[in-house]
Amino acid sequence: MQRVILRNKNKIALVIGILIATAFIVKWSTGFMLFFEWTLITASILGVLPIAIQAFQALRVKVVSIDVLVTMAVAGAFAIRNFEESAIVTFLFLFGAYLEQRTLNKTRSAIRALTEMAPETAWKKMDDGDFKEIDVDDVDIGDVLLVKTGAKIPVDGTVLSGEGSVNEASITGESLPVLKDMSALVYAGTILENGTLQIAADRIGEDTTFGKIIELVEEAQDSKSEAERFIDRFAKYYTPVVLLIALLVFAFTRDMELAVTILVLGCPGALVIGVPVSNVAGIGNGASHGILLKGSEVISDFSRLDQMIFDKTGTLTIGNPAVADTRYYGENIENALCYLASIERESDHPLAKAVLEEIGQTDFYPVSDTNVIRGGGIVAQVDGHRVAVGNVALMEQEAVVLSEAVRGDLHQFEEKGYSLVLTAVDGELSILMGIRDPIRPGVKEDLERIKRLGVKELVMLSGDNQGTVDVIARELGLSKAHGHMLPEDKSAYVKEQIGKGATVAFVGDGVNDSPSLATAQIGIAMGSGTEVAIETSNVVLMHSDFSRLPHALGLVKATSRNMIQNIVIAIGVVIALLASVLFGEWMNMSIGMLVHEGSILVVILNGMRLLRYRLKS
Amino acid sequence: MKSANIQLETLVCPSCTQKIEAALKNIEGIDQDSLKLSFSSSKVKLDFDDNTTSIEAIEKAINRVGFEVIKSRVK
Repeated sequence: MQRVILRNKNKIALVIGILIATAFIVKWSTGFMLFFEWTLITASILGVLPIAIQAFQALRVKVVSIDVLVTMAVAGAFAIRNFEESAIVTFLFLFGAYLEQRTLNKTRSAIRALTEMAPETAWKKMDDGDFKEIDVDDVDIGDVLLVKTGAKIPVDGTVLSGEGSVNEASITGESLPVLKDMSALVYAGTILENGTLQIAADRIGEDTTFGKIIELVEEAQDSKSEAERFIDRFAKYYTPVVLLIALLVFAFTRDMELAVTILVLGCPGALVIGVPVSNVAGIGNGASHGILLKGSEVISDFSRLDQMIFDKTGTLTIGNPAVADTRYYGENIENALCYLASIERESDHPLAKAVLEEIGQTDFYPVSDTNVIRGGGIVAQVDGHRVAVGNVALMEQEAVVLSEAVRGDLHQFEEKGYSLVLTAVDGELSILMGIRDPIRPGVKEDLERIKRLGVKELVMLSGDNQGTVDVIARELGLSKAHGHMLPEDKSAYVKEQIGKGATVAFVGDGVNDSPSLATAQIGIAMGSGTEVAIETSNVVLMHSDFSRLPHALGLVKATSRNMIQNIVIAIGVVIALLASVLFGEWMNMSIGMLVHEGSILVVILNGMRLLRYRLKS
Repeated sequence: MKSANIQLETLVCPSCTQKIEAALKNIEGIDQDSLKLSFSSSKVKLDFDDNTTSIEAIEKAINRVGFEVIKSRVK
């Protein structure tokens, strides 16, 4: 019975709305007072039912909810035979709740769109070798699953057989399909555009990359800032206090009308819901633009940003370096190239890949006694020679003589913004390679926008040589650029800036920059949805798309403003209502409820504006 | 210990979470530290001892304060 009533709350609101309207029409047209009264009594009783049930459920677990206040207010109005007010208050309360539900659902729509991309079923290979469709929740690690053309890949897994092209836009933002065959990794939530695959489930449910993204966004929306936690604590005691005040007022003044009005006006609404609504809408907007914001604390820090520090490779540049120019010195160049390739083949440094691509097919020699010098390069024995591959500092350390002509070339390469890789064989310089990593298109304009949004300092940190770094900094209009930095130097720099009282964001690719991402107040990872990036940072640019950065900054500023507006509206309404009870003649229960519900709708609608937020260019 | 992920009907009122929290607080066998209630995604996550209580008992407690459980998953 209780459930039937609660489930039909909205219909009840409609019925009592009609009853109230009929009652007033009859009163004005015929003056038939008995009908007027009885219609309103019916409406009041009908309307108070769901509210009273909710109040009772709350009281049973010792919570004094708004429903308790409203139920008592309606009872009070009944006691003084003011059926007009009791009917109107129940109607406004139920109708307000309905509108709140509608609008709140809208603010959550962005997240829902994300969760709806989650796969629901999977075709599992059963013991008899046939495939059967099962719920994705029932998939276990190690199960063999069949993915058909057009279907969503249900879990993170490894391809066992078959091949096909997969659209991974939901994870990486890259909409060009990727070919997957034997032993390739596939991700839940991505779509197999053609072909069929059999995969082994490696990670399921919330442990998949997609599951983690969803969980992250959901948790972010509910994470509470200091201010919100305060409001929550406040709200917990607020309602019982209002109840007490109303009882005291009645005890001393014997004025039921006033006591009832206080009960209605005392309902906290806009204050409790205002801040979360801005939060949900702001984070939702971000999610639909490929920006994951981890919670409201991040929003408030991020909006006060005064320094943004960038990693160079893979962040400001494309991160796919290629050899642009090469100089050779001395003899035996052929051998030197083979030695260089042999050493680089064993390295996972991004520049090594570029060097190997440049050299192409060659003979490889066994490499021994490899010694990696951090921030310098590699020294190793190849074919009986001592070979050093690395930067100028390493050459100096190895006592390699750099002639005037070489220094001229070095200078020239630096001027062009190349990274330098030098190769010396037995202490003699042999090869100089200039490697260029092009700047991401549009970065310059994006940095302009960030500056216009009020970030005072833009700094670049890189492990590259200072000359190269300076060239890029000039080109992009950065305020500062520091080269020769190891990952720990970068995080030390971030720490130093925070020590000076700055609010600092670090933007990196989330793999080798984890310490800096974790140290900065706001760690922004340019992650293609990689796990490390998601875990160590506060903000993830899902599609590795630099152009989202100004949008993210603009969005957090707008969200932060929106929260403040909502707090001001909520507190303003409470003060205005209190003042009008004390000093105004016109205030009554119905108007109080109208203002109360109205203010809730105003803060929700204000929050909803964030869903449509776009950065003005 | 088992962990449950319970999807509720859409939560709207601010005092909803208060009620559900209070309702679950009294159930023996729920690890209170693991209890996470999400207002915006209308979800409850918790760990419970399946010797002391059951998912049915937890769902019933949520129903008693007036909320419908749409789907629950226990692992």
